[in-house]
Amino acid sequence: MDLIKMIESEQMKKDIPDFNVGDTVRVYVKVVEGSRERLQAFEGFVLKRQGGGLTETFTVRRVAYGVGVERTFPLHSPRIDRIEVVRKGKVRRAKLNYMRERTGKAAKIKEVL
Amino acid sequence: MKKAILGKKVGMTQIFDKDGKAIPVTVIQAGPNVVVQKKTVENDGYSAIQVGYEDRDEKKVNKPLKGHFAKAKVAVKRYLREFRLDNAESYEVGQEIKADIFAEGDKVDVSGVSKGKGTAGTIKRFNGHRGPMRHGSKFHRAPGSMGASSDPSRTFKGKKLPGRMGNENTTVQNLEVVKVDAEKNYILVKGGVPGIRGSLVMIKDSVKAQ
Repeated sequence: MDLIKMIESEQMKKDIPDFNVGDTVRVYVKVVEGSRERLQAFEGFVLKRQGGGLTETFTVRRVAYGVGVERTFPLHSPRIDRIEVVRKGKVRRAKLNYMRERTGKAAKIKEVL
Repeated sequence: MKKAILGKKVGMTQIFDKDGKAIPVTVIQAGPNVVVQKKTVENDGYSAIQVGYEDRDEKKVNKPLKGHFAKAKVAVKRYLREFRLDNAESYEVGQEIKADIFAEGDKVDVSGVSKGKGTAGTIKRFNGHRGPMRHGSKFHRAPGSMGASSDPSRTFKGKKLPGRMGNENTTVQNLEVVKVDAEKNYILVKGGVPGIRGSLVMIKDSVKAQ
């Protein structure tokens, strides 16, 4: 297994901020438009983190214009420029799937102060 | 077959390509292989090379095999396989074959022994369809009809029935080589290859490559 860890560690990012499920994050994604590249931000709360090592992914959910939008990113993807932690959330679950059914005031996550 | 190498399946992971896309890859510890014997048309009726892979404790090899390795002046190896290469004459006994015979972007076929599944029914073994599980149906996962009645009065050979599945030689064709490291002797190929982790696999140039 050591060989796999070695291959993975070559590609892993070291500057990933410490964030967890329930935190509100802003993800800056590199978007290619024709020939030029620009950054696009996607802000929402982290619904879940899955997998480990290089293959780890996280899902960010936000409600945009009344429609729930979820995007799943590979944590170590080179297409992600940076991740900013906007707010730390206080949750008691590893996966916040129940948040999908909640709207309005019930959809709030308490902040860790 | 133009070139081939023996290796061991290490496992799977993913790597990101230059566009940032995640590519599933299998890590194969490939070589170094050593040519132990050359088979020639004059001597054996066909031309091929016999290669050895992975060092082994000398005490665990019987005398005839030990003599075979001593004749080639190479260390005792665990696996011996024959490659019937087109240019088998150009190899020398004792020559090393390393992972760098393949390059990034090459198309390869990978052979190995597939994972054993034990006794399996026709649905799993031959991708058959299932009957309804409810609504009074009594036909669920059975193989189905054995054939017609008085004519032919027998079941045809080759009728798909339950039996042992897996644990057989399998080749996956036309896999792309994603990365080659000759120093650390590993090759990354796109997609899966047959067998359990740690099993012997053979990488050869693809028959489908142009």
